[in-house]
Formats: sequence, C-alpha cells, structure tokens
Amino acid sequence: MTEKKQEPRSFEAAMQRLEEIAAALEAGDLPLEESVKLFEEGMELTRYCASRLEEAERKLKKLIRRGEGFELEIME
Amino acid sequence: MGLPQVEELLGGQYVYTVSELTREIKILLEETIPPVWVRGEITNFKHHQPSGHMYFSLKDERAQIRCVMWRSRNLNLRFIPADGMKVYVHGRVVVYEARGEYQIEVEELLPVGIGELALAFEELKRKLKEEGLFDPEHKKPIPRYPERIGIVTSETGAAIRDLVSIIWRRFPSVELILCPVRVQGEGAAQEIAAAIEAFNEYGQVDVLIVGRGGGSLEDLWAFNEEIVARAIFRSRIPIISAVGHEIDFSIADFVADQRAPTPSAAAEMVVPDRRELLRRIQLLMSKSYRHLERRIAHLRDRLKAIQSSYAFRWPENLVSQHRQRLDELARRLEAGLEHRLEVQRHKLEGLTQRLESLSPEATLRRGYSITLDEGTGRLLREADQLKDGRVCVQLWRGRLKAEVTEALPGETWRTLKLKTSRASRRRGSDAA
Repeated sequence: MTEKKQEPRSFEAAMQRLEEIAAALEAGDLPLEESVKLFEEGMELTRYCASRLEEAERKLKKLIRRGEGFELEIME
Repeated sequence: MGLPQVEELLGGQYVYTVSELTREIKILLEETIPPVWVRGEITNFKHHQPSGHMYFSLKDERAQIRCVMWRSRNLNLRFIPADGMKVYVHGRVVVYEARGEYQIEVEELLPVGIGELALAFEELKRKLKEEGLFDPEHKKPIPRYPERIGIVTSETGAAIRDLVSIIWRRFPSVELILCPVRVQGEGAAQEIAAAIEAFNEYGQVDVLIVGRGGGSLEDLWAFNEEIVARAIFRSRIPIISAVGHEIDFSIADFVADQRAPTPSAAAEMVVPDRRELLRRIQLLMSKSYRHLERRIAHLRDRLKAIQSSYAFRWPENLVSQHRQRLDELARRLEAGLEHRLEVQRHKLEGLTQRLESLSPEATLRRGYSITLDEGTGRLLREADQLKDGRVCVQLWRGRLKAEVTEALPGETWRTLKLKTSRASRRRGSDAA
C-alpha cells in the first residue's frame, strides 16, 4: 500500500507505517539519507496520530432510513 | 416315580436366568429409546445424603416413572426440586438390574414456567449450533482501529450512555452512529434484526455493537431469538455482542464475532486506549531515534578511522549535519508529545472537577429529587410539562416510578408542607 506522506488513509494505516519505519530503522540497512527521511516521515505520522487522539467535540448520530437511502441525524 | 421331566414341562424352551432376561430387557430399552424430554410432576422426592444423588418419580394422571439425578448433574441446578413441582426432565431410560426397575437417568431438570424459556433457549442453541452458526471459522476479525462504530441498542438505556462515554474517553476521534431500537418486549427482536440489516445496507461502519444492559431472563429475551441470531450471522460487518451482566449468556453472544460481558466491556474492547497508543508511538519513535543515532556514531567512528589512516579529507560536516538534524527532530518530537499529554491531562482534570461541581449528588442527598418524564426521559421543571403519565423520580438513593394523578401548575414549593423535617427544624435553629 502506498500512502501519501502527509495524509495517511487511516489511523490504522498510520500506525502500521510507523511500525514499518521503526523496523526499517532497526534493521539499519538503508542509506543514511533515506533513514533520516524515514525518521522524518515517522514524525509526521506521529503528529497525525496524536491529533487523532486529541479530545474533540463529538456528537452522537442517529441512523435514519429515508426512502431508498439513509440519513444521519445529530442527537442532542 | 411318575414325576415329568423338567424339559417336558417347559416344552423344550430355553430357560433364562433372571439376570439374563433382565439384561435382554435392558438392551432392548436402552438401545431403542433415545434421550428424551419428559414433562411431569415430581413425587416422592428424596435428596439422598451423603451421596448427594436425587431420587424421585415423575407422574401424570395415569402413570409414573422413576427418576434418578446423580450428584454430578444436580450440583448445577438453580432451584430445589420438591414434590408437586411441574418440571421438564431430559435424560435416558435405563434399567437398574438389581431391582428390575427402569428409570430415567436425568441430565437436565427445568421447572415448567421459567423452564419454558430455558427450554426454548436450549433448543435454539442446539439447532443453531448444529447448523454451524457458532463455528469459529465464521467469526470475523474485529478491526483494531475502527473509524466508525455502529451501535444497536435503546436510545434511553444506560448501555448507550456507557458506550458513548467510554469509547470517546479512550479514542476521541471515532465516529459513533446509533440505530435506536426497543430492546425488550413485543417486536424488540424484529427491531434489533432490522437495525443490524440497516447498518449492513448503509455499509459505512467498521464494526457493530449490539446489546443492552442487564435484566431478567425475560428482559434479555429478544437477544435469544432466532431472528436476531440469523441477522448477526448474516452481517458482513463484524459484531460485538454486549448483552446484560457478566453471568448472562445469550444466543446473540454465541453467534457474534466477539462477546463482551457488558456494554462497558464492549466499549473497552472496540477501541484502544489513547494513552497506551501515545506511549506505543513514543516508544517506536524513541527506538527509531536510538538506532539512527547509533548508526551515525558508527559512521563517524569509521570516518575518523579513514581520515587518520589515509589522511583523506572527508566532508565531515555532511555527517554532523545529519546528526544535528536528527537531534533537532527528536527534540521537537519529545516536546510535541509531552506537551500533548500534559495538555490532555490538564483538560481531563478540569473536566472532572467541573463534572463534580455540576453533579446533583449533593443536592439529592439533602432530600431533593429529580423527576423525569418516563416516556421521553426529559427532565421536568414545571407541572405543565406533564399533565398525566408516568414519571421516574430519582432520589439520593434509588429511584421511584410513579403515575401522575394530578398536575398542579399553580403550586410553588413555598406552600409545600415538609412534614418529615418539621420536628427537627423546630428543635434546631433554622436559619433558612
């Protein structure tokens, strides 16, 4: 799977990429320049993951059938 | 002498011993009658001590049959059998040779009434198990980091409140979508099944939680119905069942991809805890940092060796630039994460304090109560809001369900006669 550096597809993808990066750096068989780049990518991912774990104002939504499809209604 | 020979008397037929005939009867009975359910009334019940075995007869208007329930079986009974009790018995017919009696060796004993539900439960469980609905190979994996979670439960119960608060505390950015259903009473099972199907049609959730808080066997019954079991089985979205308290198992639990003992437990299962995740991320990055640092140190040593041996001019600053950049990145990383954790901790503390000060606990303790419209769950402030109907009154300890017989919109609390506290008020100095 190829992810854009800035926007991981999902939290799961980001975590997986982080694990890959850690493993690659541990193996240590990449050129130094590339390793530092990987580390930098790891930081980007870390930032993304941390932001996903920040408190957020969230509303519970209700699934409602409307004709053929569905609607989400925000609950109070 | 004129006595006839024995053989003549018996017409040349084979003569059985008692044991032989009994054995024939035993084989005949035990091999032709499969394990059966029998319904009847208990009579002559004896709980033999110290063996612990139970002996009784089962009777109806016209017949009786002896029964024995061994200690190993009756240990799990949830009630004490007694004469006159109507029961269902499951077991095999066996022959007790020493007394020439046939009897039922009882495997299961269920009282009629509760027994009916339990019987239906056991039958459905057996049937669905045979069909393979519980087989492990049908269990779908639960995603580790779901982005959207669908919930099938009552809109008003404790279950939804617990689910929402625990899930968001653990993983704040996950989206929660509720499909509200009745979880008990007529039609509840159909609504639950339809909600599971609706989510599958909608398709945009990663996992479903289906359940309700604890209750009696009758309250939880919807989750033991075939229509719910089949809807769970058909679901393409993985399902966590969360029905009742820890000791209750429902049919839904057996079919679901994962069983949670309670809704709260389901919430803990469905998303990871963010503090653990932050720790994990930090660990990954600090490990990466150390590996990289070691590598650079190693390169520098090699460089030094080369320089000294060959007196070769090497662009040393290239390496130290990498090192500096790495150090800089690591500083930013640590600062960022620590700052985030700190900010979160402060926020949480602030929230906890605010919650405590807002809590009506102290007020309730002083004898005030909160009245809710039982239908809508709405807080009632004015008598106007509910002319008649059922209300739920929350006291400091416990809750009252009540029927409103009359609403008096004009009355204020000043005209309320506080009989219980008047005596003590007179004695004390009442500043208020």
